[in-house]
Amino acid sequence: MTDRAALSPGVPVAGEAPVKGRSLWRVTWSRFRRRKVAVAGLVFILVVYAAGIFAPWVAPYDYRAQNLDKARQPPSWEHPLGTDELGRDILSRLIWGARTAAVVSILAVSLGTLYGVVLGALSGYLGGWVDSLIMRLADILFAFPGMLFVIFIAATIKPGFVGFVAQHEAALGLEGLARSGYLDYVVVFGALSFVGWPGMARLVRGQVLSLKNQEFVVAAQALGASTWQVVRRHLLPNALPPVLVAVSMGLGHAVTAEVVLSWLGIGVQPPNPSWGTMIWENRMQWRINPHLLLMPAATVGLVNLSFQFIGDALNDALNPRGR
Amino acid sequence: MTRYIIRRLLWLPVVLLAVSFITFTLGYYAPGDPVEVMLGQRVNPAAAERLREELGLNRPFLERYIDFVLRALSGDFGESYKYRGQPVTDLIADKVWVSVQLGLAGLTLAFAMGIPLWILAALKQGSWLDDLIVGTTLVLNSIPVFFTLPMLLLIFVRTLHWLPSSGWGGLFDSRIIIPAVVMALPGLAVITRQMRASTLDVLYQDYVRVARAKGLPESTVMVRHVVRNALLPLWTILGLSLGGLVEGFFVIETLYGIPGIGAMAVDSMFTRDYPMIMAITLLVAASFVLANLLVDIGYTFLDPRIRYD
Repeated sequence: MTDRAALSPGVPVAGEAPVKGRSLWRVTWSRFRRRKVAVAGLVFILVVYAAGIFAPWVAPYDYRAQNLDKARQPPSWEHPLGTDELGRDILSRLIWGARTAAVVSILAVSLGTLYGVVLGALSGYLGGWVDSLIMRLADILFAFPGMLFVIFIAATIKPGFVGFVAQHEAALGLEGLARSGYLDYVVVFGALSFVGWPGMARLVRGQVLSLKNQEFVVAAQALGASTWQVVRRHLLPNALPPVLVAVSMGLGHAVTAEVVLSWLGIGVQPPNPSWGTMIWENRMQWRINPHLLLMPAATVGLVNLSFQFIGDALNDALNPRGR
Repeated sequence: MTRYIIRRLLWLPVVLLAVSFITFTLGYYAPGDPVEVMLGQRVNPAAAERLREELGLNRPFLERYIDFVLRALSGDFGESYKYRGQPVTDLIADKVWVSVQLGLAGLTLAFAMGIPLWILAALKQGSWLDDLIVGTTLVLNSIPVFFTLPMLLLIFVRTLHWLPSSGWGGLFDSRIIIPAVVMALPGLAVITRQMRASTLDVLYQDYVRVARAKGLPESTVMVRHVVRNALLPLWTILGLSLGGLVEGFFVIETLYGIPGIGAMAVDSMFTRDYPMIMAITLLVAASFVLANLLVDIGYTFLDPRIRYD
């Protein structure tokens, strides 16, 4: 990254041979690698997200293709994870569901992190009324029951939003957008990012507060660096480790939240694929065809577990006290 | 201390006002007409207009909001749109009691299982038992309700025929077992991991070394010096777990058919029963704020080093 000098201890001292600098990233990676479960989790997540992103080329069948002659089949060579009530291939539906999960979680967490980092850094660095205003706002959002709020936003804003786009799509040159179902994704990740930022803002604010009176920051200010330079080059890179851990955990939460929303029927709408809708459609199958319910549920569980392992290992690897 | 509590309590109405305003605004501008939901198939313009008049739905936004706040202050949250003629507060009271029982059962289970596991893991630190406990609780923490509930149903209902598959019969009914276990599992992980970490932290403090050096028996050191100081995070967990519990209510109650506040909230959302949604949101927000306050006040009793002024 840009600010290695501030992060790495390998600054040559006069009279000694220059020590080979080890960047934060190299150190972290070498420590991260020692945790085998975390590496396995990382590989699993990469496979799932890649499968999701390349779903049209990876999935063996169309996720909508029905074949009632082959409904409710157990796993076979033809259908590796079996088929559902309507004879749709479960593996293909899982892969397409991964696409939804990947898109929603990446966008929701990037947006939430962006708001959180900017607001938290401003709050911690500027202090005063800006700090009070942002933190009181975060307090209020914290008092909201998170999931209820997301459900409420998704349920109330979506129809109006879709209607608005439907009216203006011709002017924007995006005919058919409102009916495509893509707007469901926008509403879901918009709502999630809105609820997700206060936690991140508090985290970054705490980091900035503890960093801003340290000598290298004071020195930068004394040398005439602008606020923006200090924040960007000195505060944010040093506040980064806990943010990365929070991002890893946040991705897992966002995947679960999307599943809950779609499961309730206010997230991604059928026929668009989502693990949540798969779980909902097969909710009664636990008695007769449990694999129909367990396949999507286990996928969500494994994704969550992997993010947890990654976050945990990152936390240990980035923790300077343990180095 | 008293000044601190008063200042925090003064903050409560501000939060509630903000929360109610946001919820009210979202509900007001949301499409989907509650009158149409209420009248269903029999909708005719004249009847709909009359009902709107009766419910005050045709008044301007600010007037309705102020009216809502004034009524809410005297404990009147209006009547449910879905269950006509029934005050929201009456409807909610029963449901809250159901959820409170379920939450208490879940929390008790989490602590009953988590505390022995924590002590084992901390005492046998670094052994295979420690690894096993840490690993298992980590797995339990990240597996969603969607997986644990059907798994428990598969094992205890379909295969063993030990427990019923859905419903609610109160605290002392076998139907509470599965949802309470599902609710307890994530909390169990948090308790065990957090407590293990805080015990290990305390274990290497100077005062523990001093206690050992002056020849106190190991059991006295553990009970009086280590455990007492390691308990502080347990209190934080109790406060934080409220949020997790409420989220659990939505999914578990809906999945298992429990007539609690979570299932009610989800149902109200779909029927656009705004008086219910408003009341439930405000209730949960108020309990969040109060729980956090209680946690902070509790610290001063648990740890005399902490002072607020």
